[in-house]
Amino acid sequence: MIQALEATDLGKRYGKEWALRDCTLKLPIGRVAGLVGPNGAGKTTLLHLAMGLLEPSTGSVQVLGISPRQNSSSILPRIGFVAQDRPLYRTFSVKDMLTLGQKLNPHWDMALAQERLANLSIPLNRTTGKLSGGQQAQVALVMALAKRPEMLILDEPIANLDPLARYEFQQTLMDAVAQDGLTVLFSSHLIADLDRICDYLIILSASRVQVASDIDSLLRTHKRLIGPRERQASIARTHTVLREQSSERQSNLLIRVNGPVLDPAWEVQEASLEDIVLAYLALQTGVTFSVQHKDTQEVPL
Amino acid sequence: MDTEKPAIEFYLDQRSGVSPYMQLVQQVKHALRLGYLKEGDQLPTMRMVVSKLAINPNTVFKAYRELEYEGLVESRPGQGTFVRKTLADASLASHGELRQSLIKWLQEAEAAGLGEESIAALFASTFQQFHKREEIA
Repeated sequence: MIQALEATDLGKRYGKEWALRDCTLKLPIGRVAGLVGPNGAGKTTLLHLAMGLLEPSTGSVQVLGISPRQNSSSILPRIGFVAQDRPLYRTFSVKDMLTLGQKLNPHWDMALAQERLANLSIPLNRTTGKLSGGQQAQVALVMALAKRPEMLILDEPIANLDPLARYEFQQTLMDAVAQDGLTVLFSSHLIADLDRICDYLIILSASRVQVASDIDSLLRTHKRLIGPRERQASIARTHTVLREQSSERQSNLLIRVNGPVLDPAWEVQEASLEDIVLAYLALQTGVTFSVQHKDTQEVPL
Repeated sequence: MDTEKPAIEFYLDQRSGVSPYMQLVQQVKHALRLGYLKEGDQLPTMRMVVSKLAINPNTVFKAYRELEYEGLVESRPGQGTFVRKTLADASLASHGELRQSLIKWLQEAEAAGLGEESIAALFASTFQQFHKREEIA
């Protein structure tokens, strides 16, 4: 089956430093995936490898079944990309940007671009440099959407926006997903909004993939346990303890379950997505977690 | 088309720790139980919910599917999703009285010096024990 993104042993090295290594993951088509990790974890490197902007040092990457580096002219029209700095020509008016988009892209949908910008009340004759940060981000997103791409790749699109502008950006993004069934891959170091926006999660930390999984499976397979500290070792024998916070007597664990927790001394609680993400981000090495799921669903609207 | 106010306005509490999908399901059930949603009412279209809450379309789809699976709503192709069954039964009539006794209990708790958090904790743990007892019985 063709994946939106498939990386196999993908790595990128600059001199002796690995920006990304041993990256193996699959992102199914139709998902909205968050790519999270601290600054310098390799998020941008992974996105640039996916766009064919970088040559892999090891392994391979395919986007929509195509190697982007060798086939850029066939893959680029199918992907909408918004780079970290929201690339707009600052002296151009919004309208000029749209005209440029139309000249550069074979499948440009001018009506869609104009309608979306009108809904956002962004004036077409304003110079892009004079727009607010939120409006610039919206224009960059609309430019990417007007290409009518199958997949959107967004590099930290909302990192510097205020909460309201961030929310409005996410509204535009989710509305586009609902309408067109796009696959979205966006990087972020903000984790608060993930469970509302994403249904798939990729966690990078220390240049490695810690998690690449459907979010439902992640929530199902991770639990918080509260119980007597002296019984912690027996939990660790069966399950994977990701994070431990203990007082003298009590342990508060975040675990990846391998089967049911039978010992009644432990109170089992649901773990929030934020808990899980933080636990993996804190891990420096080791445990990787990847779930292949069968039920990729279409969204008929 | 339809410019009336929707029968239910969804909201998301980001700090509740409850998944967005479950929040949508619970809000519909809650409204059904309290009689705010009635048979034949139309739920907002998925597109409306998605745009308003900036939420993943799959989440809304999953919540509506869950409600449909439980027989509470039905989706009519090309029209939307409609309430099939109300959860407000004969017990709705006794809600007023129960609310009064709960208010009385809350006043007693406050008079005894319990703060909001202690009250919530006491209720939650009693509620939990009560259910456990029922499960065992």
